[in-house]
Amino acid sequence: MEPLGTVEIIWRILWQFTPVWIALAILYSASIAFKRRLGLYGKLFDSPIGMIGFAIVMFWVFTGIFGAMDLIVTHDALAQASGMKNKVPGTRLRGAAEGAYQWYLLGGDNLARDVFSRMVKGAWVVVQIAPLATLFAFMVGITLGLPAGYYGGRLDTVLSFLANLILAFPVILLFYLLVTPEIVVTGVPNYMAAVLFVFPIVFTAVLLNSRFHTQPRFRNPLLAGVLGVMIWLYLSLISTNGYLVNTPSISIPALPRIVDLFDVPGGILVVFVSVVFVNSPTVFRIVRGLTMDIKTRDYVAAAQTRGEGPWYIMLWEILPNARGPLIVDFCLRIGYTTILLGTLGFFGLGLPPESPDWGSTINEGRKLLSIYLHPALPPALALLSLVLGLNLLADGLREESLKD
Amino acid sequence: MLVTAICLTLIVFFLTNLYPNLEKLAKTQGNFRMDDAEVQSWLDANGYGQPMLVKYGQWLGVLPGWTRQTEAGVTGRCWRGTASAEEAAQAPKFCGILQGDWGFSTVFKDEVSRIVGIRLTLTAKLMFWVLVLMVPSALIIGVLAGMREGSRTDRTLSTISILTTATPEYVSGVIFIAVFSSSAVGLKWFKGTATSAMEDANFNNFFLPVLTIALYGMGYIARMTRASMTEVMTAQYIRTARLKGVSFPGIVLRHALRNALIAPFTVIMLQFPWLLNGVVITEVLFNYKGFGWLLVQAAGNNDIELLLAVSVVSVVVVLVTQLISDIGYVYLNPRIRIS
Repeated sequence: MEPLGTVEIIWRILWQFTPVWIALAILYSASIAFKRRLGLYGKLFDSPIGMIGFAIVMFWVFTGIFGAMDLIVTHDALAQASGMKNKVPGTRLRGAAEGAYQWYLLGGDNLARDVFSRMVKGAWVVVQIAPLATLFAFMVGITLGLPAGYYGGRLDTVLSFLANLILAFPVILLFYLLVTPEIVVTGVPNYMAAVLFVFPIVFTAVLLNSRFHTQPRFRNPLLAGVLGVMIWLYLSLISTNGYLVNTPSISIPALPRIVDLFDVPGGILVVFVSVVFVNSPTVFRIVRGLTMDIKTRDYVAAAQTRGEGPWYIMLWEILPNARGPLIVDFCLRIGYTTILLGTLGFFGLGLPPESPDWGSTINEGRKLLSIYLHPALPPALALLSLVLGLNLLADGLREESLKD
Repeated sequence: MLVTAICLTLIVFFLTNLYPNLEKLAKTQGNFRMDDAEVQSWLDANGYGQPMLVKYGQWLGVLPGWTRQTEAGVTGRCWRGTASAEEAAQAPKFCGILQGDWGFSTVFKDEVSRIVGIRLTLTAKLMFWVLVLMVPSALIIGVLAGMREGSRTDRTLSTISILTTATPEYVSGVIFIAVFSSSAVGLKWFKGTATSAMEDANFNNFFLPVLTIALYGMGYIARMTRASMTEVMTAQYIRTARLKGVSFPGIVLRHALRNALIAPFTVIMLQFPWLLNGVVITEVLFNYKGFGWLLVQAAGNNDIELLLAVSVVSVVVVLVTQLISDIGYVYLNPRIRIS
């Protein structure tokens, strides 16, 4: 049973990624064909750096999505095969069932699981959490940063103090304090989730109300509909098994299980909350700085003279004009969130130990690094390439948005 | 600044003193099979049963430490073990950090101040070499890239600095160990652990951790330097100098460099909190038992007083660097200094 040669391993891996290549090809040909009509996104295809970055990012996004649909993976990411412990890449599976994939393309880890499939599944964990967590952090940061920068004064002092307080914490200490099982038992992350996840609702409510409050007949049904859906989602998000917090000492009932749309696994919710919590003060500071700069412009003065409300000015005059730097920072921040997720996994915090996310896999692989390279390197390189792609994408976007 | 420090320690204090954490502490210190009543009595006997703010005041040293009469004698916060009534009367009443008493580590069985001191020295050694490696190379890369914007040097160096900012320490460290020290690749130039570097640091066992930390911060500083350098190079006085016939190296060294270095200075100072993160990861990865390693140990074992001391130190480091960066900015920038 000779293991596969290097060339054949590479060829077979490329073949496994076929759905991703097809999806990328479709996306790129469609985008390039219509790039003049697509605004900033279309302009991205004028800069080579942006195109390369976007390709890498979309590669991992598609890998995550198709991996979750079991298209790319060759084996179950959690299944252990006998005799495959720490085997080198390309080892043929001993006694594999008929029709099952015959090789471990990137070898087996120290629990005899397929490294390749774990790497692909790990992409899904990142693709699920990182963009959404960044979006939530932006909601929190924007909702608090706009009034802080616009009104200034005491509100600004208090909010800035709080933001600096969180920023002065070393991130890892914060993670250790928030993500240990003992703290999870007390329900602190659940309270934080309940507070942090309100911000998107507040943001949308204020956004729509400030725009349409002059047409109550249109606004009322709109607000009722949108907010109804969002509050429902919010309640399903924070409640598990019918409770917000369910500990021996305290239990707060939330949405009953029948109307609860989905349950977020406990580990993921905690990780999500802590990542949002760490990211939002930085976003707050950026938004606050931009607001203070933009509020001196003429169009803001014009809106004030017109008699527009402060929230209308903030959300419909200032925010759209701050979008350039914010979009760039959004890309960079997804990369940073990815790094944070990896850090959490690296210290074995939050996600369950058998989880295939990249940080945990690197942490497991590093213990045997001086003898076996193959379990630790693929997730490390995957994480590196995704963050690099996001950085390049941000660079391309910055260049293109400066050309306007 | 003082308010920030107090708030932060209060948060840490609150989170470490939540009941499940105390229960875990009682079980690791006493007996794993204790039931709830035994846990409660252990906590009371060791002063953890008091209200949170009282405990915080005692830790800070503004409230007198607890004492407790038992059959064997008096136990209290300010001394170890049981003491007789006379000894207890002689012991100081207040013992918090204001009196210089940082408490006792339950994991290492030693004075917190001594442990933190030893570990901080080790990390200071690491940080010193990181800065020695990181700052000059970052500044050189940034200045070279920003000298002629858009040139081939600029493109290459910018790509390198983007690459380093995209590589977190646990990735670059793993790659370095894999390439330079594993028996699988066979180069074996450096050692994969830095444990021996704690006593006797040499190039062989210390270079990889230093490089790992330095690389992540380097790209960021280099990009900042490049941005400020390109801005300076388009300024009027550079054109004037050029028209006067000053040579290109002369312009860069005498006219541009000093003004271009103001922004990176602030960035370097603000990098310290980030470096602290990198230190934790790298020390764990290379098994270098410094301050970051201590943080992980303290947090992982819920060693309350050690963890508080660690957070106080790191918060003070962060706040002091912010202060230095503000002062240095004023000092370096004549426009602010004079007005």
